[in-house]
Amino acid sequence: MGVKNVGYRPKRWDRSYFPGILAGMWITIKHFFSKKYTVSYPEERWPVPPGHRGAIRLNKDEQGRIKCVACEMCSTACPAKCISMKAGVAPWPDREKYPVEFTIDMLRCILCGMCEEACPEEAIQLTEIYDFSAYTREDLIWDKERLLRNYDLTADGKYFDRSKEETGL
Amino acid sequence: MNELGFTWIDTGIILAKIVIVIVVNLLILMIMELAERRVSAFIQDRLGPNRVGPEGLFQAVADGIKFFFKEEIFPAGADKVLYTLAPLLVLVPALMTFAAIPFGHAAELFGRTIPLQIVDLNVGILFIFALVSLGVYGVVLGGWASNSKYPFLGGLRASAQMISYELSLGMSIIGIIMITGSLRLSSIVEYQSGMLFGFLPRWNIFLQPLAFVTFLVASFAEANRLPFDLAESEPELVGGYHTEYSSMKFAMFFMGEYVALITTSAVLATLFFGGWDFPWVDEAALGGWGVLLSLLAFALKTGFFLFLFLWVRWTIPRFRFDQLMRLGWKILIPLALVNILLTGAGLLLVH
Repeated sequence: MGVKNVGYRPKRWDRSYFPGILAGMWITIKHFFSKKYTVSYPEERWPVPPGHRGAIRLNKDEQGRIKCVACEMCSTACPAKCISMKAGVAPWPDREKYPVEFTIDMLRCILCGMCEEACPEEAIQLTEIYDFSAYTREDLIWDKERLLRNYDLTADGKYFDRSKEETGL
Repeated sequence: MNELGFTWIDTGIILAKIVIVIVVNLLILMIMELAERRVSAFIQDRLGPNRVGPEGLFQAVADGIKFFFKEEIFPAGADKVLYTLAPLLVLVPALMTFAAIPFGHAAELFGRTIPLQIVDLNVGILFIFALVSLGVYGVVLGGWASNSKYPFLGGLRASAQMISYELSLGMSIIGIIMITGSLRLSSIVEYQSGMLFGFLPRWNIFLQPLAFVTFLVASFAEANRLPFDLAESEPELVGGYHTEYSSMKFAMFFMGEYVALITTSAVLATLFFGGWDFPWVDEAALGGWGVLLSLLAFALKTGFFLFLFLWVRWTIPRFRFDQLMRLGWKILIPLALVNILLTGAGLLLVH
């Protein structure tokens, strides 16, 4: 049985390091002049692909009322158990209940989107907001007003055109 | 006027030149500190630090402030005198090297000829090599005085590496000395200001290509730069010889390394690329503009080599220690010797 050598045998010219070094330097200088992938964050924002699951919002209907009917489908579906709500009698004639309180603990939320899938009213949705860090833990437990404000910020799909001050995030 | 024929004005001019050279060196050093990161970032398709000032120009200032406020640490059992002396021993010789390098055509100012060089030593090359090899002591002493394993290993490697590459560094320029017939750097530059075959500038790189290659490789090793930065070698030795250093002493090591880089680039430009010679132009005939042109040429050449150092650093991986020694002793030194032989033969043919 003869041994078949299939390994790479460098030629004498290769062993002088020159071809390797010159080829490598050609590659690096090409990269030096090529497009940079850094996104300078506060000035530039990462363009969010469609279907991105970011911060949660509560939708409003055409009359500006909260769409949610407090059916608790979302909090049942939620694997992280981060949604809690308190239902009350709706002040409007077209529905029986509405949420008096609606709280999402964004510290627990895993942004899985199960609430969005469970919702029969399309009242809860995940948005393209990905920069919702906060200085305190309390700031990340979002109440109804905060979640409705997310809707105002993202309803027109122009969240990333807004300034930092305007979004208040 | 004293017995040397020196007036107070001469002394003042020399002092002014020293100050200007040091200030310019430190300015380039600041730029280099930024350039190192930004070039590496650009090569890796990133942007790099661009927040402090326009395009991050004041990054070095921010770093300096940071270094000043860091704690000074003396490791237990460290030799305090040597430990403090080592960073100075890296920085000072590196700065002193620039004294012998001519950086421009002699300027005419107020009826007085001012050579743009601090001292025109008749043994300029020897002076430079003596100081470059002094820089090793800082590294070795720093490694030893830290009383710690990794710095010690780094210092040990540095000493072995520097001694091996010193030889090929020195031998590769013998060819240049042979054709120029002088150790004086200004005459080496003047020798290169002619034309070769009527169109090529008579730079030593065209006369001594082999010497250029060996000198370039050896100078990478002397400047302790990748691919030969075995004395630092972060993945193996934590930080090499400066592992235990902090605060301004650490900064001084880095400044020394970058100043050494600047002087090495300047020496490379002087010895092989005609120094301040702007090709196809007679600087002497142009007066003041000629001086500016020569300064520009020198800056461009030095800048090119500085970029080359960065470029190579972010391209080539580090050599293994045995590979380093093999390259130094078995390849570079024989090549340098062959170059001496070839130069001698060439000179015999010409005469």
